[in-house]
Amino acid sequence: MLVTAPSATASRPKVSIRGAAKQFGKMVALQGVDLELQENSFTCLLGPSGCGKSTLLNMIAGFAEPSAGQVLVDGLPVKGPSADRGVVFQEYALFPWRTALDNVAFGPMLKGRGKAEQQEIARRYLALVGLAGHEAKYPGNLSGGMKQRVAIARALANDPSVLLMDEPFGALDAQTRETLQEELLRIWEQDRKTVVFVTHSISEAIFLADRIVVMATRPGAVKEVFDVEIPRPRERSDPEFVRLEREIKLLVRAEVQKLGVI
Amino acid sequence: MSATTLTPDMAAAERPPSPWPRRLADAGMRCLAILIFIAIWSVVSLGNQYLWKFFNPLLLPTPIDVVRAGIEAVQTGELQANIVASMRRVIQGFGIAAIAGIVVGLAVGTWRPLEKLVEPMIELLRPIPPLAFLPMMVLWFGIGEMSKIAFIAYAAFFPVFTTTVEGIKFVDPVLVRAASSLGASRMDLFRHVILPAATPSIITGLRLGFGLSFFVIVAAEFIAADSGLGYMINDARTFFLVSQMLLGAVVIGLIGFVVNILLRGVEGWLLRWRVATRG
Ligand SMILES: Nc1ncnc2c1ncn2[C@@H]1O[C@H](COP(=O)(O)OP(=O)(O)O)[C@@H](O)[C@H]1O
Ligand SMILES: [Mg+2]
Repeated sequence: MLVTAPSATASRPKVSIRGAAKQFGKMVALQGVDLELQENSFTCLLGPSGCGKSTLLNMIAGFAEPSAGQVLVDGLPVKGPSADRGVVFQEYALFPWRTALDNVAFGPMLKGRGKAEQQEIARRYLALVGLAGHEAKYPGNLSGGMKQRVAIARALANDPSVLLMDEPFGALDAQTRETLQEELLRIWEQDRKTVVFVTHSISEAIFLADRIVVMATRPGAVKEVFDVEIPRPRERSDPEFVRLEREIKLLVRAEVQKLGVI
Repeated sequence: MSATTLTPDMAAAERPPSPWPRRLADAGMRCLAILIFIAIWSVVSLGNQYLWKFFNPLLLPTPIDVVRAGIEAVQTGELQANIVASMRRVIQGFGIAAIAGIVVGLAVGTWRPLEKLVEPMIELLRPIPPLAFLPMMVLWFGIGEMSKIAFIAYAAFFPVFTTTVEGIKFVDPVLVRAASSLGASRMDLFRHVILPAATPSIITGLRLGFGLSFFVIVAAEFIAADSGLGYMINDARTFFLVSQMLLGAVVIGLIGFVVNILLRGVEGWLLRWRVATRG
């Protein structure tokens, strides 16, 4: 049984965000964000829709540049996307013309690995996400949950040190969602990475994260940071879980109300 | 922590292909439709010849007459020679159009400044029916093979070019992001994301372009040719050989039909992943 609190074991900041802001034209999407994410920690970005969660994640991924401030990974400013920062999208973003196996082999292929090695790696990661036997299927033949498993395997097969996930389970039904949350933790505990996981589900954040970054709206900013000390595996009925859930809910509700009628 | 039980949800099981009896029924319906068409044609032709005598029977021969004309034309070798002449022009002209359309389309689709330059020119030329340029092509390239090939190439260029550009424009940006976060360079993106994503659209353009090549070659051969199926029809007209004119039309129809089946086969194979996506 693993009972270590990862925030206690790791200490080096993997991702540092210093005074980062993002503007789209005149609209300020994100303002004055300061965050340090410890190596191999699991952070959830939580907040209502439109508060800039994806914007922040995209800046770490290198899809967007901050309008002000800095985003550093391993102490170096982020300059565009890189194979060392894997991304999992809500829309799965699988290549429909590639089989599950070839989707997962994409990263190793780009790295110039031999065909046999690519396949071996892809097979291993598909098995890790519980999709052994589905190698030859095209994404069009997979359910939403299976597609997201392939997408996770594809990101992991590159062995990135940072894993960025933007509402990865947002389009899945409740049952599939909880199963995938458990499996994500199982995988992460076997093979630690620095994970940044965007969600607007409070219970998902408490179930998964070492740290929860609750975000403010109008303009987007960090509102409050919670360290979750409940040992894993966490029970949703645990009194501490319920208490934290209620506390965060009040906080998020205040942010939603700032948006007016929704 | 012990491994959780794995329950990949199997909601999207593969769909079985349509069962054999239904496919047979489909094929049967098609044959029936063709037979009914031939029957109506025969009735109108024979009825006119022997019963109501509305128009000169020479104007509408029976299907049998057309078949007879076909056998005769095959025996003299004329039909084969004309088919080969037309097909040769179509293949050369379409080949040029396909290469030029894809290459220019890819360049325009991936490089914005070029798009701003080329797009207005194309938009200016496209609404003009290619036939309007045929007499000019004959002036420029002479009455030989060159003018026909150039004409086909010109006409078929547009659908290939347009669908290639569209295909690239509508590549899902999230796929590009996914690939670049996996370490793809610009060249990788082009080769492994943009090109495959645009392929269905490009293939549609190729099919349209091939159809159009066929469409315009007949017209070109009416005007300036001494061989080919269009020439055969026009030549038969001057001698009032209506069966032979109809024969030309039927042969063109049959070739188009067969080529379309072949192209769809190639398409189905290249885009086999799509069957799944549609299901
Ligand atoms: N490319 C863009 N151009 C203009 N506005 C954008 C762009 N991306 C995001 N925004 C705006 O920035 C705000 C934050 O967006 P986003 O980060 O996607 O929020 P979240 O992921 O929390 O729902 C929203 O108001 C959104 O409309
Ligand atoms: Mg978002």
